[in-house]
Amino acid sequence: MVLVFVETENGKVRKAALEAVYYGYLTAQKLGTSCEALLLGNAEDATSLGLYGATLVHQSDSISFNFFDTQVYSAAIAQAAKKLEASVVILSHSSNGKSLIGHIAYLLDAGSVSAAIDIPETDKGFSVRKGVYSSKALVNIEINTPIKVVSVLGNSLQISVIGSNVEVQPVALDVLQPGIKVLSVDKLQSNVTPLPEAERVVSGGRGLKGPENWGIVEELADVLHATTACSRPVSDADWRPHHEHVGQTGIAIRPNLYIAIGISGAIQHLAGVNNSKTIVVINKDPEAPFFKSANYGVVGDLFDVVPKLTAAIKNLNA
Amino acid sequence: MKLLVCISKTPDTTAKIAFNGDNTKLETAGITFIMNPYDEWYALVKAIEIQEKWGGSVSVLHVGPSENDSIIRKALAIGATDAYRIDTEAVSADQVAFQMASFIKQHAFDIIFTGKETIDYNGAEVGGRMAAQLNLPFISFASHLDIVAENEAIVKRDMEGGTETIQVNTPFVISAAKGMAEQRIPNMKGIMTAKSKPLNVVTPQEYSPKISIVSHELPPAKKAVQYIDPENMAELARLLREEAKVI
Repeated sequence: MVLVFVETENGKVRKAALEAVYYGYLTAQKLGTSCEALLLGNAEDATSLGLYGATLVHQSDSISFNFFDTQVYSAAIAQAAKKLEASVVILSHSSNGKSLIGHIAYLLDAGSVSAAIDIPETDKGFSVRKGVYSSKALVNIEINTPIKVVSVLGNSLQISVIGSNVEVQPVALDVLQPGIKVLSVDKLQSNVTPLPEAERVVSGGRGLKGPENWGIVEELADVLHATTACSRPVSDADWRPHHEHVGQTGIAIRPNLYIAIGISGAIQHLAGVNNSKTIVVINKDPEAPFFKSANYGVVGDLFDVVPKLTAAIKNLNA
Repeated sequence: MKLLVCISKTPDTTAKIAFNGDNTKLETAGITFIMNPYDEWYALVKAIEIQEKWGGSVSVLHVGPSENDSIIRKALAIGATDAYRIDTEAVSADQVAFQMASFIKQHAFDIIFTGKETIDYNGAEVGGRMAAQLNLPFISFASHLDIVAENEAIVKRDMEGGTETIQVNTPFVISAAKGMAEQRIPNMKGIMTAKSKPLNVVTPQEYSPKISIVSHELPPAKKAVQYIDPENMAELARLLREEAKVI
């Protein structure tokens, strides 16, 4: 059985978790087994996990799950995997998933691959593909243990509805007491899709000249239903919050559309965004290295070009 | 406080990546290797800052052969007190974590630091695996760490669209992200004293890795960029909808 750990936020299943369930379903199909989901805590829409391939949702609730503690979550997930006899455990490659993967794998004496971008190859063995060298190359990794743990990079597969609502069934787990205390959780814009899950991203760089000019970036993001991001110099200068910084030292993303405005495209920036499916670069410098990685390039003054693009998309949507 | 920083060796960020004949190993000719930037800039420098304020020592731990000693010496030059090198090739995250945790088990460290991930395999797994083996709390992607008492820390951790503030008692394992500290360049005095600081060689434990590399490949070459007239943004909007199908 393939067991998928489902992350929630504000009492609902996260988009990244739907991708993980669908990835688990496709993996289970290849292995000729079923895909089941594991929910720690509550989610009002848990039954809908069946739409993306889970045949059953196992749920365990405890006040220990109210905040994220790697030890508490890992122990519960590993315990559930053993109890339910899972041969594969799937996680989202989110900030929590990245904390969990090594921990769970150790507890299950399992080999693991993080940030998978494709369904495992199961013809002979179990090999998983992921990006390496900050997306400059790909690697296929064979997992040699009976139990396998894999985390799925956001936006790696297009999910589709393949089933119907399923039952949520309690699973009894011995839950640990937290070893840490979460004092506060500060989320800045809860109504915006988080960057790692965003399908469209509009990103601004030093070319914007100052934080007061971000309006044109936000307006374009608005009409595209995109999430905003920025380059390192911009977050270093505190023009934009740190969590918007994409690139090697910030976060790595792979949206369907990445629009880079006034970003020259240093190799450290490309390392975080090069996996985007379509890249648009708007820069007044025709020599900007980013154009080499772009699908579409616009050489022009961003203060002139960006509002025109926003208007053009509005027209298209009208 | 007794602090430990786990360091890894990676190709330089700007390195051109190629592989050997059967695509199982990185072609190392012409590549400069460096200390993994997150280990160096954030984990190591933060540990040194804590030691400067609270006293104690900063040890560095590395899994690799003696040819990697130059990277360890750099950590000593930046300000670490002493170093341990587990004398075996690093082949996988599970193997590196196992070797490190087995060593750590025999020593009492208050805080064990790693970088948030390495820039070669980008796995972010070693910290979690070590914490599990050592049965210690693990806080990943920490952007701030304040020691508020001998055995107590307040940590800020990056997450999707925000941060978490966490209180934790020592000992614990933490992975360091941007924000933790500012990069330090070793000065001449540091480089000179690093030569005489202890670099201890540790015999590895028996272990068989849980994964193996089948093959590497380079991503398919990107098509040449298509330039759009800045006066014709309607055309770009149309291409994004009809050709790229992303809006």
